[in-house]
Amino acid sequence: MQKSSFSTPPRRVALFVTCMADMLYPGVGIAATELLERQGIEVVFPMEQTCCGQPAFNAGYRDEARVLARRFLQVFGPMVENGSVQAIVAPSGSCVTMTSHFYDVLFEDSKEQPLRQLAQRLASVTFELTEFLVDVLGVTDTHARLEGTVTYHPCCHLLRELGVDEQPRKLLAAVDGAQVVELPDAVDCCGFGGLFAVKNAGISGAMGRRKADNLARSGADVVAMCDVSCMTHINGILSREKIDCRAVHIAEILNGQLGSRLHPPEEEPPMTLERPRRWQDATAADAAAKGEKGGD
Amino acid sequence: MAVINLEAPFKERVANALGDSHLAPAVVRATDRMLQARHKAMNSIDGEGLRTQTRQMKEDVLRHLPDYLEQLERNFQANGIVVHWARDGVEAGEIVRGIGLQNGAKTVVKSKSMATEEIHLNHVLEQAGLKVVETDLGEYIIQLAGEPPSHIVAPVIHKRLEEIAEIFHEKLDMPRTMDPTEITSAARVRLRNEFFGAQMGVSGCNFAIAETGTICIVTNEGNGRMVSSMPKVYVVVMGIEKVVPTVEDALLQLQALTRSSTGQQMTVYCSMTSGPRQPDQPDGPEQVHVVLMDNGRLQMLERGYGEALLCVRCGACLNVCPVYQEIGGHAYGSTYNGPIGAVISPALAPEIARFKELPHATTLCGACRDVCPVKIDLPRLLVDLRSDLVEAKTNPRVEQLAIQGYVKAMSSREMYERGGKFASVASNLLAGLTGGEIKWMPPPLNGWTDHRDFPPFAKKSFREWWEERQKLRNRE
Repeated sequence: MQKSSFSTPPRRVALFVTCMADMLYPGVGIAATELLERQGIEVVFPMEQTCCGQPAFNAGYRDEARVLARRFLQVFGPMVENGSVQAIVAPSGSCVTMTSHFYDVLFEDSKEQPLRQLAQRLASVTFELTEFLVDVLGVTDTHARLEGTVTYHPCCHLLRELGVDEQPRKLLAAVDGAQVVELPDAVDCCGFGGLFAVKNAGISGAMGRRKADNLARSGADVVAMCDVSCMTHINGILSREKIDCRAVHIAEILNGQLGSRLHPPEEEPPMTLERPRRWQDATAADAAAKGEKGGD
Repeated sequence: MAVINLEAPFKERVANALGDSHLAPAVVRATDRMLQARHKAMNSIDGEGLRTQTRQMKEDVLRHLPDYLEQLERNFQANGIVVHWARDGVEAGEIVRGIGLQNGAKTVVKSKSMATEEIHLNHVLEQAGLKVVETDLGEYIIQLAGEPPSHIVAPVIHKRLEEIAEIFHEKLDMPRTMDPTEITSAARVRLRNEFFGAQMGVSGCNFAIAETGTICIVTNEGNGRMVSSMPKVYVVVMGIEKVVPTVEDALLQLQALTRSSTGQQMTVYCSMTSGPRQPDQPDGPEQVHVVLMDNGRLQMLERGYGEALLCVRCGACLNVCPVYQEIGGHAYGSTYNGPIGAVISPALAPEIARFKELPHATTLCGACRDVCPVKIDLPRLLVDLRSDLVEAKTNPRVEQLAIQGYVKAMSSREMYERGGKFASVASNLLAGLTGGEIKWMPPPLNGWTDHRDFPPFAKKSFREWWEERQKLRNRE
């Protein structure tokens, strides 16, 4: 899919947060929002958005997937078409693959051409978060600090369908204090695969344990990735196997949400990775910020 | 050592494979070695260019398949090769058996061939009272063990040296040895005797050249040359997609095949047969027969899976597949396994439901497409098959209901938000029972928690955070 090049930098973008981040990992959505806003981008969040329909598509239920694809196009289509946003950004390589590549398959039928063309126009301005930061905004350093050992797992759709790999690696390399280490057999699939994880749970578990062993061998405290779906699977395995490494979404690192140290000094209370910053903290921070503003 | 039962249900075959602690390490070791060699062999030349050219050539073959097949038949016949056409595997088997019986064959030597595996030719010939000897070392080993091959090019990839030593000790009555050279020498002596005594040789065909009427088989052990030249009758079973137009095209495909499969720049043997022995030639078979077999290939084109007919059977997609690496080939329960097998097994079968589990036994990671020498979009074909399986109503009713329920919930903001709230409360309750992470979920979700934990849903969603923030900002 050919991506648009922008003659003037985009100023307003629609955030497609993805249903999993919305419901399970709000911290990832908050991080994406704040990372974009810090670059001077105005973020719009269409409240009507739900799921891109990938689970139905991957399972072979195309009629059902088309229902959700149409809904996505109805929610995001007009905003892009009337120019109120210049791009759609999502913190997920997999969901961007669905909307940018697989909608094209869903609307292949000759009578669906108008929707197919709309999907293609949207695809040309839809970006995964790190792709948008690096390729479109030219950001290579988000000025985050994290003392600890970090590795990177390239999620399959991001790597092989979108061809995004350098961008997240560049951003991680710029994190102050982080020691970035290589993950053995990094490009091997983690074994998530959507419904595969339940339908073929035994194979999925074996693949996940292989990934977890490699994570243990890498010596990393955290493994960053650009999809919360693979992250859920990998974390579930790491926790079950009692391996001392945690999977995090890259936006949480880039936005400084893990704190500044993964191994705190003795005197400080230990930082807990299990509890990423949630909305309550953000509201408190906002309220504080508002208080300061009021004093001006 | 796991018991190999291809008739067992898919779940049981997979459980057997996963339960065999030696299997995955053996498969990973061998496939990684082949992949590394492939990487080197493809990067030492313009590998991308080779893939593009080979694909273009094979696409041209598929587009003009009837023309090339007719040209091939004409040139075969002009060379004195007898051409047989077989609609399906049963017909192909009967043709080969007929040739054997007519010529009074007692012993048949075979060079490794997936086409003959596909039609269970050994069984057909043995039923007719013929003795069949596989002469590729790997095939010979699994024939002794009474197993089918578990990899397209490395049939015995699932076995360790210890197991092979045991098979030789048991079946050939030789002293136990862990020396591969000794084992190979023992096989070599026995196979040589079989070559001398056989009346008929059978092989598959890596490609057949239309413009010259030539059969090409690619081997590393030289057994293919013995099979095609020593017995007085030589029979080739080939799928109709194996035709290539010219000698240059054959050389192109040979490059793509050897570099992708074993990572060799050139195969050790490429044996070409352009007809039976001529009066002025010192040796060669007196008769050469070719069985051109459809066996579901045209139906595959009609069903929309023609792209998979570009396959050159190199096995690179098996080598790179993390699912294949975990479960090996036998768990697939089909002649063809790995990603290409998950596509062509149901696509070739009279009913796609025959192998309905296979298209789902993949994460769609796409690594297979990236190594394929003809760039077959395997993940795309796999999701297409999943869609065809849904249309054929082969999926469990409960799955269909679950998908429809999920789509309904995701179709309205109100239901989505309410569903999220419910999931948040329920999952936090469950997680509370087991200290933070969900360790148990009811069927069918127990598939998840049997192997890994699940986090509770957030108490406040992103959209709630967003709305609160908007409210705060609006009040300013």
